Amino acid sequence: MNALSDWVDIGAVDDVPVRGSRTVKAPGDDIAIFKSADGSLFAVRDRCPHRGGPLSQGIVHGTSVTCPLHNWVISLETGEVQGPDVGCVKTIPLAVRDGRILLSAAALSRKVA
Amino acid sequence: MAEKLVVIGNGMAPGRALEKLFDKAPGTYEVTIFNAEPRVNYDRIMLSPVLSGEKSFDEIIIHGDSWYIDHNVMLYKGFRIDEIDRESKTVTASDGTTAEYDKLIIATGSVPIVIPVPGHDLPGVLTYRDLDDVQAMLLAAQSRGKAVVIGGGLLGLEAAAGLSDRGMDVTVLHLMPTLMERQLDPTAGHLLRKEVEARGINVITEANTKAILGDKKVTGIELEDGTVIPADLIVMAVGIRSNSAIAKNAGLTVNRGIVVDETMRTSDPDIFALGECAEAHGQVFGLVAPLYEMASVVASQLSGDESARFDPMVTATKLKVTGINLFSAGDFAEADGRDEIVLRDAARGIYRRLILEDNRVVGTVMYGDTSDGAWFFDLLKRGEDISDLRETLIFGPGYAGGAALDPTAAVAALPDDAEICGCNGICKGAITGKIAELGLTSLDDVRAHTKASVSCGTCTGLVEQLLTLTLGDAYDPAAVQPMCPCTDLGHDDIRRLIVAHELKTIPDLMQALEWKSSCGCAKCRPALNYYVLATWPGEYVDDGQSRFINERVHANIQKDGTYSVVPRMWGGMTSAKELRAIADVVDKFEIPSVKCTGGQRIDMLGVRKEDLPAVWADLNAAGLVSGHAYGKALRTVKTCVGTDWCRFGTQDSTGLGIRIEKFMWGSWTPAKVKMAVSGCPRNCSEATCKDVGIVCVDSGFDIHFAGAAGLDIKGTEVLTHVATEDEALEVIVALVQLYREQGRYLERIYKWAKRVGFDSIHASVVEDTDKRRALFDRFVFSQKFSQTDPWAERTEGARTQEFRPMADLSYMEAAE
Repeated sequence: MNALSDWVDIGAVDDVPVRGSRTVKAPGDDIAIFKSADGSLFAVRDRCPHRGGPLSQGIVHGTSVTCPLHNWVISLETGEVQGPDVGCVKTIPLAVRDGRILLSAAALSRKVA
Repeated sequence: MAEKLVVIGNGMAPGRALEKLFDKAPGTYEVTIFNAEPRVNYDRIMLSPVLSGEKSFDEIIIHGDSWYIDHNVMLYKGFRIDEIDRESKTVTASDGTTAEYDKLIIATGSVPIVIPVPGHDLPGVLTYRDLDDVQAMLLAAQSRGKAVVIGGGLLGLEAAAGLSDRGMDVTVLHLMPTLMERQLDPTAGHLLRKEVEARGINVITEANTKAILGDKKVTGIELEDGTVIPADLIVMAVGIRSNSAIAKNAGLTVNRGIVVDETMRTSDPDIFALGECAEAHGQVFGLVAPLYEMASVVASQLSGDESARFDPMVTATKLKVTGINLFSAGDFAEADGRDEIVLRDAARGIYRRLILEDNRVVGTVMYGDTSDGAWFFDLLKRGEDISDLRETLIFGPGYAGGAALDPTAAVAALPDDAEICGCNGICKGAITGKIAELGLTSLDDVRAHTKASVSCGTCTGLVEQLLTLTLGDAYDPAAVQPMCPCTDLGHDDIRRLIVAHELKTIPDLMQALEWKSSCGCAKCRPALNYYVLATWPGEYVDDGQSRFINERVHANIQKDGTYSVVPRMWGGMTSAKELRAIADVVDKFEIPSVKCTGGQRIDMLGVRKEDLPAVWADLNAAGLVSGHAYGKALRTVKTCVGTDWCRFGTQDSTGLGIRIEKFMWGSWTPAKVKMAVSGCPRNCSEATCKDVGIVCVDSGFDIHFAGAAGLDIKGTEVLTHVATEDEALEVIVALVQLYREQGRYLERIYKWAKRVGFDSIHASVVEDTDKRRALFDRFVFSQKFSQTDPWAERTEGARTQEFRPMADLSYMEAAE
């Protein structure tokens, strides 16, 4: 694997618990990989736009996560903060191939991020 | 001997016909049903909520398997009838199964129209008709790719909204200039388009599909004007046509549908047709109300009432997309001799238009606020002269005729035979009659006894208003604060229903209690997890993903994402060995802060998540276990040194504190529980501001409870005085168990006590010794499953991967 390929393999789909998450260390902020109840996968920067809380530690419901620090609700699909609060967390393009999770290499590098 | 009745098709219309037939003439027929779909009768109208995730399939079943068994119906699931032999009066299925009939009902429904453009048969092109289509769409939606829905009518928009809710990037193509042009006028169509677009769905009108692109599967769609839209999924929702081939082959008269007379008989008097496959009065019907009317006629005819006639009625349309309210009925085309009244409030997104002819309402379109729809629809159906109301008519019955503005005025103004629930054909009189007759007091009661509001649910507001109207102040839906936006039920109802319906998992509970969201929210999930756990000890498997992070990783999250770790110190006692172990852990893991807590323990702050298992392992090795400082659980039992050392001590307060803590640790409670034992009334352990406190005196133990020293400051109440330690333990355990059973999630003991009343608690844990013993026993039983040190469990390998990143890509920085 090198940084020039389009997609980076970060692990198996089964490594991420349903309605839960795992983290990936990456340049810049870590990345949180989420799996919703229906098995859909999402990747966002692991940092709440409010006070920088680790979103990976929040409760996953529907396709949203609630930040563990101050209960901001963030859409995993768009990265946007829901409800009365405003803000946005960067989403990372994610693909699944043969049971493996791939992240877009371009979106990972600190320059682009 | 019973006559043989064979039904081809098992949709909503024949289901309703059989229901009515079994009511009117039980046992007259021996019924056999052939269903091409491999399942029971379900509410097809509710497929859209299944697609969007607001409901599950089980929730939309009309007749479960037991219904067929109870009525002695032979149901062939997944059997398609190929042939009707009218000579021998038999039907034959594709696998050769045959059945004889005396009377036959054809209810084959409709088939979706597929536009025969190039590529229409590629994998990835779906229609929207039955559960199989929904399941195929859900599967496709998992990719969260791009979807194109062809058709901006009712079904197309519901499909688009559902797919968008499921995370797909959706484009709707519509041939006409405005959406839903058959049900809406251009203005309402425009408002609808704005709302649909605001949900992130692209809308292209006047879009003429030229070809569906793709080689092995769909990759996109090309329009006549050359536009190419990439797509992984294409849903055609452009209309339906009657499924009448089998009738035609049997030589029955078929036009646009299977032609029936007013009695719903086809050209063969022993054969009926009903539902979307039938053509009556030169029309075919697609909405549920006229189809149910047909069903009722067929049932009457079969039960010997030959006077029953089908008379098509005006129908109203609603869109089942949460948050979009629109209503239309009748004819709203402009024409000579027609005038209209329009109310428009663009800022609030409200639009109302009434079309009048000869001072009668002939059509109505409403967008935004549709609450008066039933009233207008009723005026329309009756053809009532509205000259006297005209000035205020558009404002609805709240104003019309100068009546006082009252939210229930709209329903109050309706006559008894006005239809409230269009899906099930339930009129106002039937509902108010049942409320009075059976003394119904809740929406659920009304649903159970009348079937009103059980299908699409859009009439729920009207049914509630009828309850208000009939019961007055006795009906107070707002009295109960819903637990969260996912439900209308309050905490107490949910706890009661968990017991009553034996709900033992969160998915079961959400299913049974009609949760409005697919898997709850951060507010309800932890509460439900606690309620089910506390109700079914030993049976319920704790759902870690429904717990707040602190309880999931047995440590307290800090503002920088690190954690604090607090080991238990029984009764506040520690030793050189424990302190040494703590010191070693602090050094080894470079823990930045060490602090004494208010509960007589030591807090290590700033531990990295990935270090947690190793920190616990080292602490465990010295005999230290989790202090549950992170949990809605027993925290600490603070003590003074009592008779061990203190010259004023009256009892062994330290020993009692340790005994209580060892007995009760690990139990989950609605909110945190802090306790203290003081050895004398000087009260050095501050027992009189705790959730539960004991103040020792010469003659025994004063048991206090319901104190607070946080957001609120409140001294405790005295619960009772006991003479021995054993009695003290029994009373305290019973008190906490009662709180575990009655407390609302996150409700501290002092708030619970205030809500249920100190007297009721005193009665249960002090006066009634049997009750106290039973509470004590239930606590002891539940402790059998709770006293496992979560730290030891996790260091032994349970779900340790949670603490590690799944990959490390930090090297990528260097490559840049």
